[in-house]
Amino acid sequence: MIEHVLVGVALFGGLAGGYLISRSRLRGKRSQRPDAVHQILLPFTGTEVSRRALDAALRLARAESATLMPAYLAQVPKSLPLECAIPNEAKRAMPMLEAIEQRATAQGVPVDARIERGRSYRHALERLLKREDFDRVVVPASASGATGISGDDLVWLLRKAPAEVLILRPGPEDHRVVTALPMGRKVGL
Amino acid sequence: MQRGHYKIFLGMAAGVGKTYRMLQEGNAEADAGRDVVLGYLEPHERQETTDQARGLETMPRCQVSIREVAVEEMDLPALLSRAPELALIDELAHTNAPGLLHEKRYEDIADVLGAGIDVFSTVNVQHLESLNDQVAELTGVRVRETVPDSVLGSADEVVLIDLTPEALIARLRAGKIYPGENIDAALNNFFRIENLAALRETSLRQVAEDVESKRLIFSQGEALGTREDERVSADAPKAVGERLLALVRPQASSQRLVRRAWRSAQRLGTDLDLLWVKPPGKPIEGEEERQVTALRQLASVLGARLLIEEHDDLVAAVARVVRERGSTYIMVGEALPKRGLGRLREPLPQRLMRATPPGVDVRIVAHRGFKEGEG
Repeated sequence: MIEHVLVGVALFGGLAGGYLISRSRLRGKRSQRPDAVHQILLPFTGTEVSRRALDAALRLARAESATLMPAYLAQVPKSLPLECAIPNEAKRAMPMLEAIEQRATAQGVPVDARIERGRSYRHALERLLKREDFDRVVVPASASGATGISGDDLVWLLRKAPAEVLILRPGPEDHRVVTALPMGRKVGL
Repeated sequence: MQRGHYKIFLGMAAGVGKTYRMLQEGNAEADAGRDVVLGYLEPHERQETTDQARGLETMPRCQVSIREVAVEEMDLPALLSRAPELALIDELAHTNAPGLLHEKRYEDIADVLGAGIDVFSTVNVQHLESLNDQVAELTGVRVRETVPDSVLGSADEVVLIDLTPEALIARLRAGKIYPGENIDAALNNFFRIENLAALRETSLRQVAEDVESKRLIFSQGEALGTREDERVSADAPKAVGERLLALVRPQASSQRLVRRAWRSAQRLGTDLDLLWVKPPGKPIEGEEERQVTALRQLASVLGARLLIEEHDDLVAAVARVVRERGSTYIMVGEALPKRGLGRLREPLPQRLMRATPPGVDVRIVAHRGFKEGEG
């Protein structure tokens, strides 16, 4: 009789121990998650972003379970303090970020957006690089320079970014852009 | 060598107090123990300006002869050789007399900055190249001495010295700008109220991105510091009546809520506060710290205010903030699906409605992820 009780206690103890161990491991994994920086930066300017660049960033983010960080780069004139509110720029940035988030969410990619200020686009990028950690930067090269990020800026980015930089060469699909509808209520792709 | 710090005092017209303010700040720097010299000053026989310059070391000027007339100019080599910490150089748009190293004073200033000397300087808005035509159109007066906009762009700081047209005209009538015999001519020509109003608008536009800049000047009042600046803010239209409060958490998902809240605030023409009720005693670190920084940055970009309240009762903390800030709308994110005993708890919006003063609306912002997932 006592043997049955001992076996029962041992069985219960084993099960409880196993449960506690697996729970602590699960917690350990959860607590590790925030520290493991796994982000893909997609800097952009103006009121549209290259669809090729966004799709590439989303593909990478999905494949690597990474977070997409679309970053709107805003130029603050020298006549204003760098840290001032920029409502006009924000008005341009918000629908774009919304459009990108919509597309990313549809593909199951988490988004952590930013609006970064600088005296120039490069300065904004520099501030962003200082503040955030990335694994990758995806940026479209535009033959026309219409994106606002110039060839010189890209060279600078390659030299300075402490992450892998993916520069998408200009392609035939570059006319396809992600943009926000003018009214801002709904966003289109 | 590190380039000197460049600060420009920008005004809409002569007499607004640019030089006076530059000297005032120069004196403050000297009082703080810095080596300050007056590189060049155009006192325009204004007593207040001359008084303000007293006590500052003045660099001797160089003499240049134009058609047998002696003209005094800033002595750039002497200033570079004296090498002070800070040089005050008035009227950066000035054209130098022929025979000097540079044609324009702003080019002299570039050399001074290049030598690692900090510079305070002054300019009127109509001297900016890109605005020259516009100002000429507005006022009927075209200035010949222009400077490229890049000069203003290269400044580390630009301080707008603002004054209402009425106040400027009062100063002119009191003889504080030009001597008595020139006052009537000035009033009939350049110093007309419509001219000054247009110039004021131009200079305000120059230093601000949009109408919101007036509020910005208010918030920067300390830095700008003149009573006239305060007057600008008092004139600025400011929406009252509605105030929006968005409850956020240091999570990326809160950004959508902030975007929505800001858009609503824009439509209502009202201020936006963001509130995070933080559990007491818990340090902000790691990912949470990063997200708080991101929220702070976003709030700053939008002109919103991020409030962090430490409280163990979310509803009580929100109710207190709503009373203190006079919020009329509360925006909350959609709650995560509840589990276990949490299902028995009254939903947050209802609890907020009960705890806050009557008339405060609560709006729930849907979480895009939930919808997509459900669909």
